[in-house]
Amino acid sequence: MWTDKPAPARPARVAFYNDPRVRSFAYQFVLCAAVALVVYGAVSNAIDHLHRAHIASGFGFWDQTAGFDISQTLISYSSQASTYGRAFWVGLLNTLLVASLGIVFATVLGFVIGISRLSKNWLLSKVAGGYVETIRNLPLLLQLLFWYNAVLKALPDIRDSIVFDGSIFLNNRGLYLPKPITGAGFGWVEVAFLVGIVGAVAFGFWARKRQESTGRQAPVFLVSLALVIGLPLAVLALAGVPIHFEPPQAGRFNIRGGIEVLPEFAALLFGLSIYTAAFIAEVVRAGILAVSPGQVEAAYSLGLRPRPTLRLIVVPQAMRVIIPPLTNQYLNLTKNSSLAVAIGYPDLVQVFTGTVLNQTGQAVEVVAITMLVYLTISLLTSLAMNFYNRRMALVER
Amino acid sequence: MKKVAALLALAAIMIAPSVSAQTLKSVKARGVLNCGANGTLAGFGLPDAQGNWTGLDVDICRAVAAAVLNDAKKVKFVPLTAKDRFTALQSGEVDLLVRNTTWTSSRDTSLGLNFTGVNYYDGQGFMVRKALKVNSALELNGASVCVQQGTTTELNLADYFRAHNMQLKTVTFATANEAVKAYDAGRCDSYTTDASGLYAERLRLANPNDHIILPEIISKEPLGPVVRHGDDQWFDIVKWTLFAMLDAEELGVNSKNVDSMLNSTNPEIKRLLGTEGNYGEQLGLTKDWVVRIVKQVGNYGESFDRNVGAGSPLKIDRGLNRLWTKGGIQYAPPIR
Repeated sequence: MWTDKPAPARPARVAFYNDPRVRSFAYQFVLCAAVALVVYGAVSNAIDHLHRAHIASGFGFWDQTAGFDISQTLISYSSQASTYGRAFWVGLLNTLLVASLGIVFATVLGFVIGISRLSKNWLLSKVAGGYVETIRNLPLLLQLLFWYNAVLKALPDIRDSIVFDGSIFLNNRGLYLPKPITGAGFGWVEVAFLVGIVGAVAFGFWARKRQESTGRQAPVFLVSLALVIGLPLAVLALAGVPIHFEPPQAGRFNIRGGIEVLPEFAALLFGLSIYTAAFIAEVVRAGILAVSPGQVEAAYSLGLRPRPTLRLIVVPQAMRVIIPPLTNQYLNLTKNSSLAVAIGYPDLVQVFTGTVLNQTGQAVEVVAITMLVYLTISLLTSLAMNFYNRRMALVER
Repeated sequence: MKKVAALLALAAIMIAPSVSAQTLKSVKARGVLNCGANGTLAGFGLPDAQGNWTGLDVDICRAVAAAVLNDAKKVKFVPLTAKDRFTALQSGEVDLLVRNTTWTSSRDTSLGLNFTGVNYYDGQGFMVRKALKVNSALELNGASVCVQQGTTTELNLADYFRAHNMQLKTVTFATANEAVKAYDAGRCDSYTTDASGLYAERLRLANPNDHIILPEIISKEPLGPVVRHGDDQWFDIVKWTLFAMLDAEELGVNSKNVDSMLNSTNPEIKRLLGTEGNYGEQLGLTKDWVVRIVKQVGNYGESFDRNVGAGSPLKIDRGLNRLWTKGGIQYAPPIR
């Protein structure tokens, strides 16, 4: 009855538009094309409209004289000789300064508070808990304004400066420290410092190797300290101390000379560190709680005391959990530093997206550059943290 | 699907045509004039506890609303910082910007904006503590100065100190509020802004009598209303609103006598108030546009007195802002 042959074994031919590979390629192509079209449309439309509205565009302003003054400059800058481009770098360096110092302080403070919150000491853990709950639930801008006004109100007027030793001045205009001026021969001290760092790292490697093979421990910390700090100091003494300090001096209106730490900078650094530390504390607490209690019990049963247990068993394992959210907090701190504009600290947003934008009126270019800068800083930070994370992850079994 | 919709919406926003040139039409259709104002500067733009805005700049907005919408109250004031004001006008968020804004060549030519006139001739000055015993700005060598960002003052300040070979420390704040607060707290030796602003801000200090305003005026700051470039009709309306207020003062027409002035036989007054000719219609308004402005807002002199002059807490001398007939430089072209 059956006259037909069974169907051939090879898959049935499908039309090319039903082929999943062709389809997926086509969808992706269409999506990419649509995105490109939207971007192209937006950019050309913006250019067209700027042109039609007679709004200047382009990056010609970069080399024009800035003409305004900036209160904190890490590189040389003057209103009459420097360009808008220079002002950009001044602002960027100020942002990087406050962000990098803020990250260091917030990390240290955050770890201390996070670990304290898990402490068996009732008072300590409650204080740490109170800190976290208070700080992280108040808006950062409010806190910055609070710290800034606290700094300004608490410190004396310039004419009643607190003076230490005739060379350190503290008042509501800032903290003025003697400025070190280095003479000939100081280069050797810098060389000694570098040698010390290399030596300390090498000694660490050697001590680790020896401990792995023989089990004998070496005083790594003390030796490193001697190499990094002692060696340069010894060279400094040998070179006849080629360094002297230029003390700040009280002028008609302000203190002149020396190193100046602005109250705006102090308030911003303080506010950012304290705020971010609250979040880091929670990250650290979560990371430590993620380590199975069996690990601690096992360590105790091997005879390890609580402190080495924390340092050698708990923290290394907790770091794997801590690092990704910690990266987020670092990125947040960097981006939050743009709130500097509210308290007069000349960061990138204040200088570049504020004054430069207003003097040139080129909002599109200036804002685009600023966004690109923050994107770059953030991507570099997360790149570094991802690298660190991979290294930590290798340690696990 | 959501993503596609979002993309399309984004595309639509970006590719949509720029703000239409028909500002008059859109204001009339909306029934409300969106006006960019200061919001924190007494005498120029400041809402009181009930939310009623008053000020010399605010009166320009009200006068335009009276001329266009026949109701000086139909104004939505948008408080803007010095930093954001031009963007708000460029993007169409406001129809008109009257926010003690200095007329400069770069602002007039490169921002896509046009200044319509000068409603206050100002100049930058300095305020210092009396205790400093400084009598001239030339004695400020080495002083630190608090300044607001996004204004012409930053540039003038650096120029002035450079021109006189003086050392300067600026501390820049985003808003005038923050700058004044920092000055009051002793962060700076001096606060600088337009002289009118100094008088206004001094009233807000903890002890206004401990501070003096130095005699030097270091710059020309002609403050005026600003509109978008490319809408000539709207530009004309705003420009002539200010001129009408000045002409009304010159001809002695004020908010109290405007009704009786309608019967005046003086040809200039007749043309001003629209009882003769159709000058209002040529602007795209009605013949009696000036009557509405003067009745609801007043002439320039009344506005000045009430907001910054003798009738206000600021008590600023009219100085340059007197009419040209009285020794000042306020001079409006005639309506004819």
